[in-house]
Amino acid sequence: MMAVVTVAIAVRRNLFAVVILGGIYSFLMATVLVALDAVDVAMTEASVGAGISTVLFLSALFLAKSEEMKPLHKPFLPLVVAVATGAVLAYGTLGLPAFSDPNAPIHQHVAPRYIQEGERETGVPNIVTAVLASYRGYDTLGETTVVFTAGVGVIALLRRLRQRTRGDKR
Amino acid sequence: MKDYLVLRVIAKLMIAFMLLFALYVQFHGDFGPGGGFQAGVISAAAIIFYAIIYGLPAARAVVPDWLVETMVGAGVLLYAGVGVVGLLLGGNYLDYFVLGHDPVHGQHRGIFWVEMGVLITVAGVMLKIFYLFAGRAEGGER
Repeated sequence: MMAVVTVAIAVRRNLFAVVILGGIYSFLMATVLVALDAVDVAMTEASVGAGISTVLFLSALFLAKSEEMKPLHKPFLPLVVAVATGAVLAYGTLGLPAFSDPNAPIHQHVAPRYIQEGERETGVPNIVTAVLASYRGYDTLGETTVVFTAGVGVIALLRRLRQRTRGDKR
Repeated sequence: MKDYLVLRVIAKLMIAFMLLFALYVQFHGDFGPGGGFQAGVISAAAIIFYAIIYGLPAARAVVPDWLVETMVGAGVLLYAGVGVVGLLLGGNYLDYFVLGHDPVHGQHRGIFWVEMGVLITVAGVMLKIFYLFAGRAEGGER
């Protein structure tokens, strides 16, 4: 089903339909994440991917034309690059441990301690919150800084453009 | 969209619940799914919803630009500040054990403020991006 949506996104020329299909794709992704018991990530995917991104795309669409232009060049080179990259990535997964293998290195390093000691040490039953905010506090500080930087970047870009257009009118 | 009566009434009803749900996601994040990122996005979505139905000037009156821009920076500062408070109280940077009278309590306090910082920055950035895009649209074509 997600493959169908992806193909539809690639084929469609009407950008409004593409934005809505993107939202549908995010919701499908969220259901997959729920099936994988990653409820926190599913919630983020549903709210960020399907909610805010769709709204931002729509507001950007309001500024642009709603029909995509015919591509000027043939799509064969990008297709080859995409297929080659996909093949390399698929080849890379062969080296990974089997799915949900309890002996995989990622489950042996610090994860057992988080699971066994997390609730006692932090008093927080949701292990995702405990890891995110406490054990991995530095990483989350970095993530917040990334969001901050993205926001400042957008402010710097769009605000200057707005001032310039205003100056042109005078 | 300002003329659609049904949309206006339903929006007014739903926005309160959206904001409440954002607070629930934020403060119940210790026990169920959720946390600062999700809550920030949901609360920003509530304001954006208001802006879409009632128009950008109305939303700007509720959450003015200076507040949004302050939020963008204030969240990161709050997060980093929690780490500094930990330093001042004799722990390591971002060490929450020293924040309360017993370690578990300190952890609760640290996680609470850190998640609060994430919420403020995420909500601020999302709102700011939307304001900028929508502001360009209103200044240009309309």
